[in-house]
Amino acid sequence: MLVHSRSGRRASWLVFAVLFVPLFAVPLLVIVAASFSTHWSGAFPSGPTTEHYAAAVRGESLQALTTSLVTAVAASLLALTLGTWAALAAAALRGRGRRILDALFVLPLAVPSVVVGLAVLVAFSRPPLLLNGTRWIVILAHTVLVTAFAHQSVSAAIRRLDPMYEQAAAGLGARPSYVLLRVRLPLLLPSLSAAAGLCFALSMGELSATMMLYPPDWTPLPVLVFTATDRGSLFIGSALAVVLMAATLLVLLAVSRIRTKASYR
Amino acid sequence: MASAQATAPPVVTAVRPHRSRTVPAWVWALPPVAVLGLVFLYPLGLVVQESLAPGAYAEVLASASFRDALVTTVWLAVGATVGCLVLGFVLALIVAFVPFPGAKAVSRFIDVFLSFPSFLITLALLFVYGTVGMANGLWTGATGADAVSDGPFHFLTTPWGVLLAEITYFTPFVMRPLLAAFSQLDTAQLEVASSLGARPARIVRRVILPEVLPALAAGGSLVLVMCLNEFGIVLFTGAKGVTTLPMLVYSQAILESDYAAACVVAVVNVALSVGLYAVYRVVSRRAGA
Repeated sequence: MLVHSRSGRRASWLVFAVLFVPLFAVPLLVIVAASFSTHWSGAFPSGPTTEHYAAAVRGESLQALTTSLVTAVAASLLALTLGTWAALAAAALRGRGRRILDALFVLPLAVPSVVVGLAVLVAFSRPPLLLNGTRWIVILAHTVLVTAFAHQSVSAAIRRLDPMYEQAAAGLGARPSYVLLRVRLPLLLPSLSAAAGLCFALSMGELSATMMLYPPDWTPLPVLVFTATDRGSLFIGSALAVVLMAATLLVLLAVSRIRTKASYR
Repeated sequence: MASAQATAPPVVTAVRPHRSRTVPAWVWALPPVAVLGLVFLYPLGLVVQESLAPGAYAEVLASASFRDALVTTVWLAVGATVGCLVLGFVLALIVAFVPFPGAKAVSRFIDVFLSFPSFLITLALLFVYGTVGMANGLWTGATGADAVSDGPFHFLTTPWGVLLAEITYFTPFVMRPLLAAFSQLDTAQLEVASSLGARPARIVRRVILPEVLPALAAGGSLVLVMCLNEFGIVLFTGAKGVTTLPMLVYSQAILESDYAAACVVAVVNVALSVGLYAVYRVVSRRAGA
Protein backbone atom coordinates (compact mmCIF):
# COMPACT_ATOMS: atom_id res chain seq x y z
CA MET A 1 0.00 0.00 0.00
CA LEU A 2 1.63 3.18 -1.21
CA VAL A 3 -0.94 5.80 -0.31
CA HIS A 4 -2.22 5.62 3.25
CA SER A 5 -4.59 8.54 3.60
CA ARG A 6 -8.13 7.97 2.47
CA SER A 7 -8.25 11.21 0.51
CA GLY A 8 -4.96 10.37 -1.25
CA ARG A 9 -6.32 7.00 -2.29
CA ARG A 10 -9.51 8.62 -3.55
CA ALA A 11 -7.44 11.12 -5.54
CA SER A 12 -5.33 8.41 -7.21
CA TRP A 13 -8.44 6.39 -8.09
CA LEU A 14 -9.92 9.51 -9.59
CA VAL A 15 -6.76 9.99 -11.70
CA PHE A 16 -7.02 6.38 -12.82
CA ALA A 17 -10.68 6.70 -13.77
CA VAL A 18 -10.11 9.97 -15.62
CA LEU A 19 -7.29 8.43 -17.67
CA PHE A 20 -8.52 4.87 -18.08
CA VAL A 21 -12.19 5.24 -18.87
CA PRO A 22 -12.02 7.75 -21.75
CA LEU A 23 -8.92 6.18 -23.29
CA PHE A 24 -9.65 2.46 -23.08
CA ALA A 25 -13.25 1.75 -22.09
CA VAL A 26 -14.98 4.45 -24.13
CA PRO A 27 -13.57 3.43 -27.56
CA LEU A 28 -14.93 -0.10 -27.30
CA LEU A 29 -18.28 1.10 -25.95
CA VAL A 30 -18.48 3.71 -28.69
CA ILE A 31 -18.06 1.07 -31.40
CA VAL A 32 -20.76 -1.12 -29.84
CA ALA A 33 -23.10 1.87 -29.46
CA ALA A 34 -22.49 3.04 -33.02
CA SER A 35 -23.18 -0.41 -34.43
CA PHE A 36 -26.76 -0.16 -33.13
CA SER A 37 -27.51 3.32 -34.44
CA THR A 38 -28.04 5.23 -37.66
CA HIS A 39 -26.98 8.71 -36.65
CA TRP A 40 -24.44 10.32 -34.31
CA SER A 41 -24.20 14.07 -34.05
CA GLY A 42 -24.61 14.74 -30.34
CA ALA A 43 -23.48 13.31 -27.03
CA PHE A 44 -25.24 10.04 -27.77
CA PRO A 45 -26.05 8.13 -30.95
CA SER A 46 -29.59 8.20 -32.24
CA GLY A 47 -31.90 6.15 -34.41
CA PRO A 48 -31.57 2.71 -32.73
CA THR A 49 -31.52 -0.16 -35.23
CA THR A 50 -30.32 -3.73 -35.63
CA GLU A 51 -30.27 -3.37 -39.41
CA HIS A 52 -26.46 -3.25 -39.58
CA TYR A 53 -26.24 -6.63 -37.89
CA ALA A 54 -28.79 -8.08 -40.28
CA ALA A 55 -26.49 -6.88 -43.08
CA ALA A 56 -23.38 -8.07 -41.25
CA VAL A 57 -24.44 -11.71 -41.10
CA ARG A 58 -25.44 -12.28 -44.70
CA GLY A 59 -23.97 -12.19 -48.18
CA GLU A 60 -20.58 -10.55 -48.59
CA SER A 61 -20.13 -9.94 -44.86
CA LEU A 62 -20.89 -13.51 -43.85
CA GLN A 63 -18.45 -14.71 -46.48
CA ALA A 64 -15.80 -12.34 -45.09
CA LEU A 65 -16.38 -13.74 -41.61
CA THR A 66 -15.92 -17.33 -42.76
CA THR A 67 -12.90 -16.24 -44.81
CA SER A 68 -11.35 -14.70 -41.71
CA LEU A 69 -12.13 -17.75 -39.58
CA VAL A 70 -10.74 -20.22 -42.12
CA THR A 71 -7.62 -18.11 -42.67
CA ALA A 72 -7.02 -17.68 -38.94
CA VAL A 73 -7.51 -21.37 -38.13
CA ALA A 74 -5.29 -22.52 -41.01
CA ALA A 75 -2.56 -19.97 -40.28
CA SER A 76 -2.63 -20.75 -36.53
CA LEU A 77 -2.32 -24.50 -37.06
CA LEU A 78 0.49 -24.11 -39.59
CA ALA A 79 2.31 -21.56 -37.42
CA LEU A 80 1.89 -23.71 -34.33
CA THR A 81 3.38 -26.76 -36.10
CA LEU A 82 6.27 -24.78 -37.54
CA GLY A 83 6.93 -22.77 -34.39
CA THR A 84 6.73 -25.77 -32.05
CA TRP A 85 9.01 -27.84 -34.28
CA ALA A 86 11.55 -25.02 -34.40
CA ALA A 87 11.34 -24.46 -30.64
CA LEU A 88 11.85 -28.19 -29.91
CA ALA A 89 14.73 -28.37 -32.39
CA ALA A 90 16.32 -25.27 -30.86
CA ALA A 91 15.99 -26.74 -27.36
CA ALA A 92 18.04 -29.76 -28.50
CA LEU A 93 20.79 -27.51 -29.82
CA ARG A 94 23.43 -25.72 -27.82
CA GLY A 95 25.28 -22.41 -28.02
CA ARG A 96 25.44 -20.68 -31.35
CA GLY A 97 23.07 -23.01 -33.23
CA ARG A 98 20.28 -22.34 -30.76
CA ARG A 99 20.83 -18.59 -30.81
CA ILE A 100 20.77 -18.45 -34.61
CA LEU A 101 17.59 -20.54 -34.80
CA ASP A 102 15.85 -18.39 -32.16
CA ALA A 103 16.90 -15.18 -33.88
CA LEU A 104 15.66 -16.44 -37.27
CA PHE A 105 12.25 -17.31 -35.92
CA VAL A 106 11.89 -14.05 -33.99
CA LEU A 107 12.81 -11.95 -37.03
CA PRO A 108 9.24 -11.77 -38.46
CA LEU A 109 8.23 -9.91 -35.25
CA ALA A 110 10.58 -7.06 -36.02
CA VAL A 111 9.86 -6.81 -39.75
CA PRO A 112 6.85 -4.56 -40.45
CA SER A 113 3.85 -6.62 -41.54
CA VAL A 114 3.41 -4.41 -44.60
CA VAL A 115 6.92 -5.43 -45.66
CA VAL A 116 6.09 -9.10 -45.05
CA GLY A 117 3.12 -8.57 -47.35
CA LEU A 118 5.28 -6.90 -49.98
CA ALA A 119 7.93 -9.63 -49.77
CA VAL A 120 5.38 -12.42 -50.13
CA LEU A 121 3.78 -10.54 -53.02
CA VAL A 122 7.11 -10.11 -54.81
CA ALA A 123 8.22 -13.70 -54.21
CA PHE A 124 5.03 -15.53 -55.12
CA SER A 125 4.01 -13.54 -58.17
CA ARG A 126 6.68 -15.22 -60.29
CA PRO A 127 6.78 -18.62 -62.01
CA PRO A 128 8.32 -21.15 -59.59
CA LEU A 129 5.48 -20.67 -57.09
CA LEU A 130 2.65 -18.62 -58.53
CA LEU A 131 0.27 -18.00 -55.63
CA ASN A 132 -0.72 -14.39 -56.32
CA GLY A 133 -4.47 -14.02 -56.72
CA THR A 134 -5.26 -17.15 -54.73
CA ARG A 135 -6.34 -17.53 -51.13
CA TRP A 136 -3.12 -19.39 -50.34
CA ILE A 137 -1.02 -16.25 -50.50
CA VAL A 138 -3.13 -14.66 -47.71
CA ILE A 139 -2.89 -17.79 -45.56
CA LEU A 140 0.85 -17.97 -46.22
CA ALA A 141 1.44 -14.36 -45.18
CA HIS A 142 -0.64 -14.79 -42.00
CA THR A 143 1.34 -17.94 -41.17
CA VAL A 144 4.63 -16.06 -41.51
CA LEU A 145 3.35 -13.23 -39.31
CA VAL A 146 2.10 -15.39 -36.44
CA THR A 147 4.82 -18.08 -36.48
CA ALA A 148 7.14 -15.83 -34.49
CA PHE A 149 4.55 -15.46 -31.71
CA ALA A 150 3.92 -19.23 -31.63
CA HIS A 151 7.65 -19.93 -31.51
CA GLN A 152 8.25 -17.40 -28.75
CA SER A 153 5.58 -18.66 -26.40
CA VAL A 154 6.34 -22.35 -27.00
CA SER A 155 10.08 -21.90 -26.48
CA ALA A 156 9.41 -19.97 -23.27
CA ALA A 157 7.28 -22.92 -22.11
CA ILE A 158 10.03 -25.42 -23.04
CA ARG A 159 12.50 -23.45 -20.91
CA ARG A 160 10.13 -23.74 -17.94
CA LEU A 161 9.61 -27.48 -18.50
CA ASP A 162 11.03 -29.72 -15.76
CA PRO A 163 13.61 -31.99 -17.48
CA MET A 164 13.05 -34.65 -14.78
CA TYR A 165 10.01 -36.07 -16.58
CA GLU A 166 11.67 -36.71 -19.90
CA GLN A 167 14.84 -37.96 -18.22
CA ALA A 168 12.79 -40.39 -16.16
CA ALA A 169 10.93 -41.58 -19.26
CA ALA A 170 14.16 -41.97 -21.23
CA GLY A 171 15.79 -43.69 -18.27
CA LEU A 172 12.95 -46.21 -18.23
CA GLY A 173 13.74 -47.03 -21.86
CA ALA A 174 11.27 -44.85 -23.77
CA ARG A 175 12.41 -43.98 -27.27
CA PRO A 176 12.82 -40.27 -28.18
CA SER A 177 9.65 -40.26 -30.30
CA TYR A 178 7.70 -41.79 -27.39
CA VAL A 179 9.13 -39.25 -24.95
CA LEU A 180 8.13 -36.44 -27.31
CA LEU A 181 4.58 -37.66 -27.99
CA ARG A 182 3.64 -38.99 -24.56
CA VAL A 183 5.64 -36.80 -22.17
CA ARG A 184 6.81 -33.49 -23.61
CA LEU A 185 3.88 -32.52 -25.85
CA PRO A 186 1.21 -33.33 -23.22
CA LEU A 187 3.17 -31.25 -20.71
CA LEU A 188 3.34 -28.43 -23.25
CA LEU A 189 -0.35 -28.65 -24.16
CA PRO A 190 -1.51 -25.70 -21.99
CA SER A 191 1.07 -23.36 -23.53
CA LEU A 192 0.37 -24.75 -27.01
CA SER A 193 -3.30 -23.87 -26.71
CA ALA A 194 -2.46 -20.45 -25.30
CA ALA A 195 -0.16 -19.88 -28.28
CA ALA A 196 -2.91 -21.06 -30.62
CA GLY A 197 -5.30 -18.51 -29.11
CA LEU A 198 -2.76 -15.73 -29.53
CA CYS A 199 -2.07 -16.68 -33.16
CA PHE A 200 -5.77 -16.87 -33.91
CA ALA A 201 -6.50 -13.43 -32.44
CA LEU A 202 -3.60 -11.85 -34.32
CA SER A 203 -4.61 -13.43 -37.61
CA MET A 204 -8.25 -12.41 -37.18
CA GLY A 205 -7.26 -8.75 -36.82
CA GLU A 206 -4.47 -8.72 -39.40
CA LEU A 207 -4.89 -5.87 -41.88
CA SER A 208 -1.47 -4.63 -43.03
CA ALA A 209 -0.17 -7.61 -45.00
CA THR A 210 -3.69 -8.58 -46.05
CA MET A 211 -4.25 -5.20 -47.72
CA MET A 212 -1.25 -5.93 -49.95
CA LEU A 213 -2.33 -9.42 -50.92
CA TYR A 214 -6.04 -10.22 -50.77
CA PRO A 215 -7.67 -11.46 -53.98
CA PRO A 216 -11.27 -10.32 -54.66
CA ASP A 217 -12.72 -13.72 -53.77
CA TRP A 218 -10.90 -14.00 -50.43
CA THR A 219 -11.68 -10.82 -48.48
CA PRO A 220 -11.12 -11.14 -44.73
CA LEU A 221 -13.31 -9.22 -42.30
CA PRO A 222 -10.79 -6.44 -41.38
CA VAL A 223 -10.53 -5.49 -45.06
CA LEU A 224 -14.32 -5.24 -45.23
CA VAL A 225 -14.34 -3.05 -42.10
CA PHE A 226 -11.84 -0.80 -43.84
CA THR A 227 -13.71 -0.57 -47.15
CA ALA A 228 -16.98 0.17 -45.32
CA THR A 229 -15.31 2.91 -43.24
CA ASP A 230 -13.45 4.28 -46.23
CA ARG A 231 -16.63 4.86 -48.21
CA GLY A 232 -18.19 6.57 -45.19
CA SER A 233 -20.43 3.78 -43.89
CA LEU A 234 -19.08 4.13 -40.36
CA PHE A 235 -22.07 2.45 -38.72
CA ILE A 236 -21.92 -0.67 -40.90
CA GLY A 237 -18.16 -0.69 -40.33
CA SER A 238 -18.64 -0.73 -36.57
CA ALA A 239 -21.24 -3.53 -36.77
CA LEU A 240 -18.67 -5.57 -38.73
CA ALA A 241 -16.00 -4.66 -36.16
CA VAL A 242 -18.26 -5.87 -33.33
CA VAL A 243 -18.79 -9.16 -35.21
CA LEU A 244 -15.00 -9.43 -35.57
CA MET A 245 -14.41 -8.79 -31.86
CA ALA A 246 -17.16 -11.19 -30.81
CA ALA A 247 -15.88 -14.00 -33.03
CA THR A 248 -12.34 -13.50 -31.72
CA LEU A 249 -13.48 -13.47 -28.09
CA LEU A 250 -15.67 -16.57 -28.52
CA VAL A 251 -12.79 -18.57 -29.97
CA LEU A 252 -10.39 -17.31 -27.29
CA LEU A 253 -12.90 -18.37 -24.63
CA ALA A 254 -13.19 -21.84 -26.18
CA VAL A 255 -9.40 -22.16 -26.35
CA SER A 256 -9.00 -21.13 -22.71
CA ARG A 257 -11.45 -23.89 -21.75
CA ILE A 258 -9.19 -26.43 -23.48
CA ARG A 259 -6.33 -25.03 -21.47
CA THR A 260 -8.02 -25.53 -18.11
CA LYS A 261 -9.00 -29.08 -19.04
CA ALA A 262 -5.45 -29.92 -20.10
CA SER A 263 -3.85 -28.54 -16.98
CA TYR A 264 -5.53 -31.26 -14.90
CA ARG A 265 -3.45 -33.94 -16.60
CA MET B 1 20.17 -72.18 -35.30
CA ALA B 2 19.34 -71.63 -31.66
CA SER B 3 22.57 -69.75 -31.10
CA ALA B 4 21.92 -67.55 -34.14
CA GLN B 5 18.48 -66.60 -32.76
CA ALA B 6 19.98 -65.86 -29.40
CA THR B 7 22.58 -63.53 -30.82
CA ALA B 8 20.29 -61.67 -33.22
CA PRO B 9 18.33 -59.48 -30.74
CA PRO B 10 21.37 -57.93 -29.04
CA VAL B 11 22.62 -56.87 -32.47
CA VAL B 12 19.36 -55.08 -33.16
CA THR B 13 19.27 -53.29 -29.80
CA ALA B 14 22.89 -52.33 -30.20
CA VAL B 15 22.19 -50.83 -33.61
CA ARG B 16 19.17 -48.73 -32.54
CA PRO B 17 20.78 -46.28 -30.15
CA HIS B 18 23.72 -46.08 -32.50
CA ARG B 19 21.48 -45.18 -35.44
CA SER B 20 19.60 -42.53 -33.47
CA ARG B 21 22.92 -41.03 -32.49
CA THR B 22 23.96 -40.72 -36.15
CA VAL B 23 21.13 -38.17 -36.66
CA PRO B 24 22.55 -35.11 -34.93
CA ALA B 25 20.25 -32.56 -33.33
CA TRP B 26 20.80 -29.93 -36.02
CA VAL B 27 19.25 -32.18 -38.68
CA TRP B 28 15.90 -31.80 -36.88
CA ALA B 29 16.30 -28.05 -37.13
CA LEU B 30 16.59 -28.20 -40.92
CA PRO B 31 12.90 -28.68 -41.92
CA PRO B 32 11.54 -25.63 -40.05
CA VAL B 33 14.46 -23.51 -41.21
CA ALA B 34 13.84 -24.64 -44.80
CA VAL B 35 10.15 -23.69 -44.56
CA LEU B 36 10.97 -20.33 -42.99
CA GLY B 37 13.58 -19.77 -45.64
CA LEU B 38 11.09 -20.42 -48.43
CA VAL B 39 8.21 -18.34 -47.07
CA PHE B 40 10.07 -15.52 -45.32
CA LEU B 41 13.83 -15.24 -45.87
CA TYR B 42 13.76 -15.84 -49.64
CA PRO B 43 10.94 -13.26 -50.14
CA LEU B 44 12.82 -10.79 -47.96
CA GLY B 45 15.96 -11.40 -50.02
CA LEU B 46 13.99 -10.70 -53.18
CA VAL B 47 12.84 -7.37 -51.73
CA VAL B 48 16.46 -6.40 -51.08
CA GLN B 49 17.41 -7.54 -54.60
CA GLU B 50 14.53 -5.58 -56.16
CA SER B 51 15.51 -2.47 -54.22
CA LEU B 52 18.95 -2.59 -55.85
CA ALA B 53 17.47 -1.75 -59.25
CA PRO B 54 19.59 0.97 -60.87
CA GLY B 55 18.76 4.42 -59.60
CA ALA B 56 16.05 3.28 -57.19
CA TYR B 57 17.85 4.30 -53.99
CA ALA B 58 19.00 7.65 -55.35
CA GLU B 59 15.52 8.47 -56.60
CA VAL B 60 13.68 7.47 -53.42
CA LEU B 61 16.16 8.91 -50.93
CA ALA B 62 16.12 12.22 -52.78
CA SER B 63 12.33 12.47 -52.89
CA ALA B 64 10.61 14.81 -50.48
CA SER B 65 7.78 12.37 -49.81
CA PHE B 66 10.23 9.77 -48.50
CA ARG B 67 12.02 12.20 -46.23
CA ASP B 68 8.70 13.51 -44.92
CA ALA B 69 7.52 9.97 -44.24
CA LEU B 70 10.76 9.11 -42.44
CA VAL B 71 10.56 12.17 -40.20
CA THR B 72 6.83 11.63 -39.52
CA THR B 73 7.36 7.94 -38.73
CA VAL B 74 10.21 8.58 -36.30
CA TRP B 75 8.63 11.47 -34.39
CA LEU B 76 5.26 9.73 -34.18
CA ALA B 77 6.92 6.57 -32.88
CA VAL B 78 9.07 8.42 -30.34
CA GLY B 79 6.16 10.59 -29.22
CA ALA B 80 3.81 7.64 -28.88
CA THR B 81 6.44 5.66 -26.95
CA VAL B 82 7.01 8.50 -24.48
CA GLY B 83 3.26 8.92 -24.05
CA CYS B 84 2.75 5.18 -23.53
CA LEU B 85 5.58 5.02 -20.97
CA VAL B 86 4.24 7.91 -18.88
CA LEU B 87 0.60 6.84 -19.09
CA GLY B 88 1.37 3.13 -18.64
CA PHE B 89 3.58 3.82 -15.62
CA VAL B 90 0.97 5.95 -13.87
CA LEU B 91 -1.89 3.52 -14.57
CA ALA B 92 0.10 0.41 -13.62
CA LEU B 93 1.29 2.13 -10.45
CA ILE B 94 -2.28 2.77 -9.33
CA VAL B 95 -3.47 -0.74 -10.27
CA ALA B 96 -0.59 -2.34 -8.36
CA PHE B 97 -0.11 -0.13 -5.30
CA VAL B 98 -3.42 1.63 -4.68
CA PRO B 99 -5.61 -1.42 -5.27
CA PHE B 100 -9.33 -0.95 -5.72
CA PRO B 101 -12.16 -3.49 -6.01
CA GLY B 102 -12.08 -3.76 -9.82
CA ALA B 103 -8.28 -3.91 -10.23
CA LYS B 104 -8.30 -7.61 -11.23
CA ALA B 105 -10.95 -6.92 -13.86
CA VAL B 106 -8.84 -4.07 -15.21
CA SER B 107 -5.84 -6.31 -15.81
CA ARG B 108 -8.08 -8.88 -17.51
CA PHE B 109 -9.58 -6.10 -19.62
CA ILE B 110 -6.05 -5.15 -20.72
CA ASP B 111 -5.42 -8.73 -21.91
CA VAL B 112 -8.62 -8.61 -23.96
CA PHE B 113 -7.70 -5.18 -25.29
CA LEU B 114 -4.39 -6.57 -26.58
CA SER B 115 -6.16 -9.20 -28.66
CA PHE B 116 -8.09 -6.61 -30.70
CA PRO B 117 -6.70 -5.10 -33.90
CA SER B 118 -5.31 -1.57 -33.71
CA PHE B 119 -7.58 -0.01 -36.31
CA LEU B 120 -10.58 -0.36 -34.01
CA ILE B 121 -9.18 2.52 -31.96
CA THR B 122 -9.13 4.83 -34.96
CA LEU B 123 -12.65 3.72 -35.85
CA ALA B 124 -13.80 4.59 -32.33
CA LEU B 125 -12.03 7.95 -32.38
CA LEU B 126 -13.91 8.82 -35.58
CA PHE B 127 -17.12 8.66 -33.55
CA VAL B 128 -15.66 10.59 -30.63
CA TYR B 129 -13.68 13.36 -32.34
CA GLY B 130 -14.72 13.01 -36.00
CA THR B 131 -16.28 15.87 -37.93
CA VAL B 132 -19.78 14.73 -36.95
CA GLY B 133 -18.78 12.88 -33.79
CA MET B 134 -19.62 13.16 -30.12
CA ALA B 135 -17.29 16.01 -29.16
CA ASN B 136 -18.10 18.24 -32.13
CA GLY B 137 -21.81 17.43 -31.74
CA LEU B 138 -21.74 18.52 -28.11
CA TRP B 139 -19.93 21.72 -29.03
CA THR B 140 -22.32 22.64 -31.80
CA GLY B 141 -25.26 21.68 -29.62
CA ALA B 142 -24.01 24.11 -26.98
CA THR B 143 -23.13 26.98 -29.29
CA GLY B 144 -25.64 26.44 -32.07
CA ALA B 145 -22.95 26.47 -34.75
CA ASP B 146 -22.96 24.36 -37.90
CA ALA B 147 -21.52 20.92 -37.08
CA VAL B 148 -19.49 20.16 -40.18
CA SER B 149 -17.67 23.45 -40.47
CA ASP B 150 -17.54 24.84 -36.95
CA GLY B 151 -16.72 21.97 -34.62
CA PRO B 152 -13.50 22.69 -32.72
CA PHE B 153 -12.01 19.20 -33.10
CA HIS B 154 -10.30 18.65 -36.46
CA PHE B 155 -7.09 17.01 -35.28
CA LEU B 156 -8.10 13.47 -36.23
CA THR B 157 -6.75 13.67 -39.77
CA THR B 158 -3.52 15.31 -38.59
CA PRO B 159 -0.53 13.49 -37.04
CA TRP B 160 -2.00 14.29 -33.61
CA GLY B 161 -4.92 11.97 -34.28
CA VAL B 162 -2.51 9.16 -35.15
CA LEU B 163 -0.49 9.95 -32.02
CA LEU B 164 -3.58 9.76 -29.80
CA ALA B 165 -4.65 6.45 -31.36
CA GLU B 166 -1.16 4.95 -31.02
CA ILE B 167 -0.84 5.99 -27.37
CA THR B 168 -4.26 4.48 -26.64
CA TYR B 169 -3.55 1.22 -28.41
CA PHE B 170 0.02 0.62 -27.25
CA THR B 171 -0.18 1.69 -23.57
CA PRO B 172 -1.36 -1.80 -22.49
CA PHE B 173 1.83 -3.22 -24.03
CA VAL B 174 3.78 -1.15 -21.48
CA MET B 175 1.40 -1.92 -18.61
CA ARG B 176 1.65 -5.69 -18.86
CA PRO B 177 5.42 -6.08 -18.24
CA LEU B 178 5.21 -3.31 -15.64
CA LEU B 179 2.43 -5.06 -13.69
CA ALA B 180 4.51 -8.26 -13.79
CA ALA B 181 7.55 -6.35 -12.47
CA PHE B 182 5.48 -4.63 -9.76
CA SER B 183 4.18 -7.97 -8.53
CA GLN B 184 7.76 -9.17 -7.97
CA LEU B 185 8.67 -6.05 -6.03
CA ASP B 186 9.29 -6.71 -2.34
CA THR B 187 6.60 -4.72 -0.51
CA ALA B 188 8.76 -4.67 2.64
CA GLN B 189 10.99 -2.11 0.89
CA LEU B 190 8.00 0.17 0.44
CA GLU B 191 6.87 -0.32 4.03
CA VAL B 192 10.35 0.52 5.34
CA ALA B 193 10.65 3.60 3.17
CA SER B 194 7.18 4.68 4.20
CA SER B 195 7.77 4.13 7.91
CA LEU B 196 10.99 6.14 7.68
CA GLY B 197 8.83 9.04 6.56
CA ALA B 198 9.21 9.01 2.77
CA ARG B 199 6.29 10.52 0.90
CA PRO B 200 4.66 8.46 -1.92
CA ALA B 201 6.29 10.57 -4.65
CA ARG B 202 9.71 9.96 -3.13
CA ILE B 203 9.06 6.21 -2.79
CA VAL B 204 8.05 6.04 -6.44
CA ARG B 205 11.14 7.96 -7.53
CA ARG B 206 13.74 6.37 -5.28
CA VAL B 207 12.48 2.81 -4.72
CA ILE B 208 9.95 1.71 -7.35
CA LEU B 209 11.32 3.41 -10.46
CA PRO B 210 14.91 2.08 -10.22
CA GLU B 211 13.57 -1.39 -9.52
CA VAL B 212 11.31 -1.59 -12.60
CA LEU B 213 13.49 0.41 -14.97
CA PRO B 214 14.47 -2.71 -16.99
CA ALA B 215 10.80 -3.67 -17.49
CA LEU B 216 10.02 -0.10 -18.47
CA ALA B 217 12.88 -0.09 -20.99
CA ALA B 218 11.81 -3.43 -22.44
CA GLY B 219 8.18 -2.37 -22.80
CA GLY B 220 9.20 0.99 -24.25
CA SER B 221 11.48 -0.43 -26.92
CA LEU B 222 8.85 -3.00 -27.93
CA VAL B 223 6.29 -0.21 -28.33
CA LEU B 224 8.80 1.86 -30.30
CA VAL B 225 9.29 -0.97 -32.81
CA MET B 226 5.54 -1.60 -33.06
CA CYS B 227 4.84 2.11 -33.63
CA LEU B 228 7.46 2.25 -36.39
CA ASN B 229 5.67 -0.66 -38.06
CA GLU B 230 2.08 0.47 -37.42
CA PHE B 231 -0.11 0.54 -40.50
CA GLY B 232 -3.76 -0.02 -39.59
CA ILE B 233 -4.12 3.13 -37.48
CA VAL B 234 -2.61 5.36 -40.18
CA LEU B 235 -4.67 3.71 -42.93
CA PHE B 236 -7.93 4.16 -41.03
CA THR B 237 -7.20 7.78 -40.24
CA GLY B 238 -7.46 8.33 -43.97
CA ALA B 239 -5.35 11.48 -43.72
CA LYS B 240 -3.51 12.43 -46.86
CA GLY B 241 -1.14 14.54 -44.75
CA VAL B 242 0.03 11.67 -42.55
CA THR B 243 2.34 9.31 -44.43
CA THR B 244 4.53 6.92 -42.51
CA LEU B 245 7.04 4.47 -43.96
CA PRO B 246 4.67 1.43 -43.92
CA MET B 247 2.00 3.63 -45.52
CA LEU B 248 4.51 4.69 -48.20
CA VAL B 249 5.38 1.04 -48.91
CA TYR B 250 1.69 0.30 -49.38
CA SER B 251 0.94 3.29 -51.58
CA GLN B 252 4.04 2.83 -53.77
CA ALA B 253 3.40 -0.89 -54.29
CA ILE B 254 -0.38 -1.16 -54.51
CA LEU B 255 -1.59 2.27 -55.61
CA GLU B 256 1.29 3.22 -57.92
CA SER B 257 2.71 -0.23 -58.79
CA ASP B 258 6.24 1.13 -58.36
CA TYR B 259 7.78 -1.98 -56.82
CA ALA B 260 11.41 -0.82 -56.90
CA ALA B 261 10.57 2.29 -54.88
CA ALA B 262 8.38 0.28 -52.48
CA CYS B 263 11.24 -2.16 -51.93
CA VAL B 264 13.70 0.66 -51.17
CA VAL B 265 11.33 2.13 -48.55
CA ALA B 266 10.77 -1.40 -47.18
CA VAL B 267 14.51 -1.98 -46.79
CA VAL B 268 14.91 1.30 -44.90
CA ASN B 269 11.95 0.47 -42.65
CA VAL B 270 13.25 -3.05 -41.97
CA ALA B 271 16.73 -1.75 -41.14
CA LEU B 272 15.24 0.76 -38.71
CA SER B 273 12.95 -1.64 -36.88
CA VAL B 274 15.18 -4.73 -36.90
CA GLY B 275 18.01 -2.62 -35.48
CA LEU B 276 15.74 -1.35 -32.72
CA TYR B 277 14.34 -4.81 -32.11
CA ALA B 278 17.87 -6.12 -31.55
CA VAL B 279 18.28 -3.42 -28.89
CA TYR B 280 14.96 -4.51 -27.37
CA ARG B 281 16.11 -8.15 -27.19
CA VAL B 282 19.30 -7.14 -25.39
CA VAL B 283 17.42 -4.86 -22.99
CA SER B 284 14.68 -7.38 -22.22
CA ARG B 285 17.22 -10.16 -21.65
CA ARG B 286 18.89 -7.91 -19.12
CA ALA B 287 15.48 -7.16 -17.60
CA GLY B 288 14.80 -10.88 -17.25
CA ALA B 289 18.20 -11.51 -15.61
